[in-house]
Amino acid sequence: MSEFWHDAGCVFHPVSAPDYLPETQLKQLQLHRLRAVVQRSYDHVALFRERMQGKGITPEDIRQLEDIQHLPFTVKTDLRDTYPFGLFASPMNEIVRMHASSGTTGKPIVVAYTQEDLRVWSSVMVRCFAAAGLDRGDIIQNAYGYGLFTGGLGAHYGAEALGATVIPISGGNTDRQIMLLKDFGATAICCTPSYFLRILERAPELGVNLRDLPLKAGIFGAEPWTDEMRKRIEPEANIKAYDIYGLSEIIGPGVANECSAQDGLHIFEDHFYPEIVDPETLQPVPDGEEGELVLTTLSKQAMPMIRYRTRDITTLYKEKCSCGRTVRRMRRIARRSDDMFIIRGVNVFPSQIEEALLAVEGTAPHYQIVLTNDGTMDDVEVQVEVSPEAFSDKVSVMEGLRKKLSASIERVVNIRVNVRLVEPNKIARSEGKAKRLIDNRKK
Amino acid sequence: MKMHQLSMFLENKPGRLSEPCRLLANAGINILTLSVADTQQFGILRLIVPDWEAAKGVLEKAGFVVNVTEVVATEVVDQPGGLATILEIIEEVGLNIEYMYAFTFRCNDKAVIVFRFDNNDIAVTALQAKGISVVGGVELYERARQ
Repeated sequence: MSEFWHDAGCVFHPVSAPDYLPETQLKQLQLHRLRAVVQRSYDHVALFRERMQGKGITPEDIRQLEDIQHLPFTVKTDLRDTYPFGLFASPMNEIVRMHASSGTTGKPIVVAYTQEDLRVWSSVMVRCFAAAGLDRGDIIQNAYGYGLFTGGLGAHYGAEALGATVIPISGGNTDRQIMLLKDFGATAICCTPSYFLRILERAPELGVNLRDLPLKAGIFGAEPWTDEMRKRIEPEANIKAYDIYGLSEIIGPGVANECSAQDGLHIFEDHFYPEIVDPETLQPVPDGEEGELVLTTLSKQAMPMIRYRTRDITTLYKEKCSCGRTVRRMRRIARRSDDMFIIRGVNVFPSQIEEALLAVEGTAPHYQIVLTNDGTMDDVEVQVEVSPEAFSDKVSVMEGLRKKLSASIERVVNIRVNVRLVEPNKIARSEGKAKRLIDNRKK
Repeated sequence: MKMHQLSMFLENKPGRLSEPCRLLANAGINILTLSVADTQQFGILRLIVPDWEAAKGVLEKAGFVVNVTEVVATEVVDQPGGLATILEIIEEVGLNIEYMYAFTFRCNDKAVIVFRFDNNDIAVTALQAKGISVVGGVELYERARQ
């Protein structure tokens, strides 16, 4: 049996069994868990209960999977509005960990896990690694950031649960990353795809040829990337590059992962129920049609999410995969339904930039965010129109303004951006409203 | 005895300087002198023109942000040590020079230099007390015309 899995280019791990459930069994499991999680949220989360009552429905009204359409949506601002613990469905003495990600007002989005949530999280990460052909004996260099960000610890415990050897190097320090890839002989690396491109560029400068190393797989996520990037990374590093998907609000990394077929990401549907809706009408669209991904956590205890709008635009499809997995796949995330952009793994909303500019000038100037990619790293430039109030004939004052704006943005979004002062009225307005985001990154 | 200077913000790219110059030319306004302070990203154009109010109107109408600043124009003897004398006077009263640039024409064998001090009033008093000629706007425009 195990030979079959190896022939298929996959590693079979017992934890991966739910990936292969027949559809009817999977649906039974999903319905059972959906009813339980709806009841749990109703009992313990005031916001959810009030919304259910507002719609005149109770958990008993969920009789079949399709009834999920009657449930209210959850959106990112709900997490902010209930900051910090308003959506917790477990008492603190059952919560064993919290994570947080950047929020739009400087307040982070807080998420929580029970012991059981962490076990589930590790198990879905094991399924990600297994889908990418990794197993006990592999050495996984985990270059996702450790800390409040879910990426580092999520991948870490998943890799340990797999039985692989983890190198918990965290993000940054590219030269050391390359040294350890070489000296420790990692067979896989976890990081953002843009960071791996940085490693790819730096290695030859250090006299290291990644193609000669044991490295065979990259688990790349936390930001959208493209097949073009894969076509560049794979031959240059002689590895397979796998796309991993996840978000803190749902669990962190581990919601979906590519398999050896590298043709869409398998969603671990027994824990995360996916729907695709039209982002305008919020009506469900059938499999095969593009729309916004909406996820419901079927087994989460500490912080269940019912119909969470991810803002990620994708397509679901259930054609049988050559790897044998039966769970549905989603296309690579191509874009988002709002203006949020992800840069170096950090979620940024234009409203955050605006807030940072406002903090310096007192009034929000006209600005535009321009994303570029020099072939390796994504870069952000914030172009700010010089207002008559802000203008001075002294260079030192103008340079000072530029630096203050840059520092203010860095404080709010935690990434360094270039600020460019531009002449008034240089930023195009349409119907009086400027287009805030220009994405010139190569797709 | 101060005079008005116009300053404007320009992006540092080809063609940006010619536009305001062309606008003023079309309006029949002569530029007496100018300076450009530049950084990698942007420049600040400073202009002295005979009719600063008209020039400001023309430039603003074209969408430029225009500031009016008072600056001090002094005559400097066009010989070694001429400028040093003035700078010493300014040093004595503990003032800072924000920037300076020269006129393209001379007055009676003297160069004319434009200064922006951190306190123009103190500078003018100090200079005049030491017998340095501070030239007023009108006087300059008349000379420029000759």
